[in-house]
Amino acid sequence: MASINTSSTPDHLLWKGGIQPMKVGYGKLMMWIFLLSDTFTFSALLISYGLVRFSFPSFKDLHPAKSIHDFTFSNNWWPTPEKVFEAVPFLHGVSLPLVFVGIMTFILIFSSVTMVLAVEAGHRKDQADVEKWMLWTILGGLTFLGSQAWEWSHFIHGSETGLALADGSKIFGANLTHNEYGPAAFADFFFFITGFHGTHVFSGVVLNVLIFYNAANGVYARRGHYEMIEKVGLYWHFVDLVWVFVFTFFYLV
Amino acid sequence: MAAHIEHTSEIKEKPHTKKLWRVFWILLVITAVEFVIAFTISADTSFGKWFKIGTFILLTFVKSFFIVGTFMHLKDEVKSLILTVVLPVIFVIWFLIALVLMEGNYIGSIR
Repeated sequence: MASINTSSTPDHLLWKGGIQPMKVGYGKLMMWIFLLSDTFTFSALLISYGLVRFSFPSFKDLHPAKSIHDFTFSNNWWPTPEKVFEAVPFLHGVSLPLVFVGIMTFILIFSSVTMVLAVEAGHRKDQADVEKWMLWTILGGLTFLGSQAWEWSHFIHGSETGLALADGSKIFGANLTHNEYGPAAFADFFFFITGFHGTHVFSGVVLNVLIFYNAANGVYARRGHYEMIEKVGLYWHFVDLVWVFVFTFFYLV
Repeated sequence: MAAHIEHTSEIKEKPHTKKLWRVFWILLVITAVEFVIAFTISADTSFGKWFKIGTFILLTFVKSFFIVGTFMHLKDEVKSLILTVVLPVIFVIWFLIALVLMEGNYIGSIR
């Protein structure tokens, strides 16, 4: 069949039939393309955050003589994240900057490694191992979501002292228009970026539960391969990857 | 290892997870280093501030290299797929310079 070549296209450029382009299945290739588009969505969010943050003065810009340790909250300058996120559940009143978000990062990295172990078990067609590691991954995802819910609740309710405004009134916590920690835009970006990431984690957990259910019922064993675990695994690692960037650009920098 | 040979006739493949756990520890150590830098180096000087920002961004890219390369197995894919995924991300760097540094600075100066 291939010998009858009526087109002028050189032979090595023809896809012909039956050969997978880039040596991956259709679903996996499309998952990569989807993740690439999602990369741009998250980049847009983080870059918008960077733009707005850079356009606001920092505490240091307005008080060149003072040290960062003298930092106080005000709507006039962008807050230092480590001063905002310093609470840990069950340790009320103890200042532990970035500790809780560090724990959340650890949970997500750990669930990423259990996911890749499930993928590896799938390559060996070891159904029991796939089930075991998928369960750990689901547990990690749910723990992360719970931690994020606590973090949001704490951010929304705010501190006991609140922020005193010039007219004598006080604001506690943050919503989309008022923010005791800094400019309203800071809270807006916090809700939008971590919320959009959290939505991704949530859909990831739903997908993980679905493929766990299928694996436990032997769907992939009957199919003869566990490629679905790989595809959902790609998505789950991407969610972890995004968190690595959110952690750096929102909490560290 | 000889003691581990199973009596069943079915040959079960041993897991190959050493490389995966190694990446887990690398990611953990890098995150720990980021914490140490965040709390030991003062951002009071302009140098300290930009050194911290630069190091954090660099370490983030090192982490993403391990996550994408090993966890997502991109290193094992064919070159055309690697380039398809990695090359478009270059646009983000352009965004970063054009929007964050230039536009952000400008908006700040007229605010």
